[in-house]
Amino acid sequence: MAEHKHKLAIFRGRLKFKSNVQKIWGVLVFLSIVTAIEVALGIIKPPILLNYFLGIKILNWIFIIMTIIKAYYITWDFMHVRDEKPFLKNTIVVPLLILIPFLLFILLWEGSYIFEVMFDGLKAWNFDIY
Amino acid sequence: MQASSLSKTKENTWGGGGSKPLDAAYGKLMMWFFIVSDALTFSGFLVAYGFSRFKNIDSWPIADEVFTHFPFLHGIDAPMYYVALMTFILIFSSVTMVLAVDAGHNNNKNRVAFYMLLTIIGGAVFVGSQAWEWKNFIKGEYGAVEIQNGDILQFYNLEEEKRIPIDEFYISSTQERITHDDNVGIWYLSEAKLPEITLQEVMAGFNNDQNLTVRLEKLDDTGHKIILSRDEAEIKLASATRVVKGANLIRNEYGNPLFADFFFFITGFHGFHVFSGVILNIIIFINVLLGTYEKRGQYDMVEKVGLYWHFVDLVWVFVFTFFYLV
Repeated sequence: MAEHKHKLAIFRGRLKFKSNVQKIWGVLVFLSIVTAIEVALGIIKPPILLNYFLGIKILNWIFIIMTIIKAYYITWDFMHVRDEKPFLKNTIVVPLLILIPFLLFILLWEGSYIFEVMFDGLKAWNFDIY
Repeated sequence: MQASSLSKTKENTWGGGGSKPLDAAYGKLMMWFFIVSDALTFSGFLVAYGFSRFKNIDSWPIADEVFTHFPFLHGIDAPMYYVALMTFILIFSSVTMVLAVDAGHNNNKNRVAFYMLLTIIGGAVFVGSQAWEWKNFIKGEYGAVEIQNGDILQFYNLEEEKRIPIDEFYISSTQERITHDDNVGIWYLSEAKLPEITLQEVMAGFNNDQNLTVRLEKLDDTGHKIILSRDEAEIKLASATRVVKGANLIRNEYGNPLFADFFFFITGFHGFHVFSGVILNIIIFINVLLGTYEKRGQYDMVEKVGLYWHFVDLVWVFVFTFFYLV
């Protein structure tokens, strides 16, 4: 299997590595930095970031976006999706991109609806006999 | 497809009618399809967690208060450091795995074996850490009281302005009550194991110290749990039914039972994946040592098991975010 060719550039070609091994370490450094920032933000919790944006705290948006960035680099560089043909890339990514946001939207919407019903619609949500 | 022998497996790229649309080995494609379906399973679990959390958005336990332990640092509040370390261990074992795959592409048997071994060690350390995390969660730290409507009340010291564990203020009574087993009375009558500290003892301790009050499950606008005044606490505690210490599937001292249920289920399912990944890695590691892939002339199997291993890492990245950070 000598014909294995790896694409050695990340960040849209801004960072190029000389060998695949170097790229792996480079990605590890990047993932570690992202995780460190996440943990630091999670411990400090800057008050400005606790405001809400589209129903979710800005801090949580940052966490979610960083997670997706990490997921991208794990699949693209560790799982070698970057080196696959576009057909295979799409076979893997497109079903997930369609189904997961769909599921998320339906269930989270429903969850907050049930919360509102229980919060506003009833005088007390408190059963005395348990 | 022809039956493949050791020497024939070199040309195992799926044909797809001659044009090779995916240009990948058959086994690798199947691993990818498995991963896609497993990703949907995990997203189903995590979305269900999100559903329950949105449904109880004003009373969900605060993860920072739940996972505060670090090995050898007893009594020191260390939120998230340990899970961050676990995350790093898993990412690092992912790196050694991808290095093993890379060494496989260069047909370097010794390096593949070395990196596979590191990966196995990393996976084992991770599973062990998860077991330790479970142990702390099950054992609990502060203890709490459940009241008649199922809510959990946690104790709080108004003077020191911090939570207080029940075993620091309870007044032990001399009265001894032993667990009723089915071998001492009617054979079908027995009860669950009694808590070490009874409700009466906790209540005696509470009434003795006027600085104590309780915290509700409910969160205020800033995301902190609401602390009641002493008078309100006494009214609430009048309907206390039991002492809760630690966590199980029915009730936990941190609040909503669903929190523990999802924690056990999702991290358990993920831990099971890591465990099976370690087993698969060990099988491949032995095969590498035996020279099976050396004889085949290619290390595709390392790559396939590597895909699975990275996927497990990927899932943990999401579990980490949604259980510990968000």
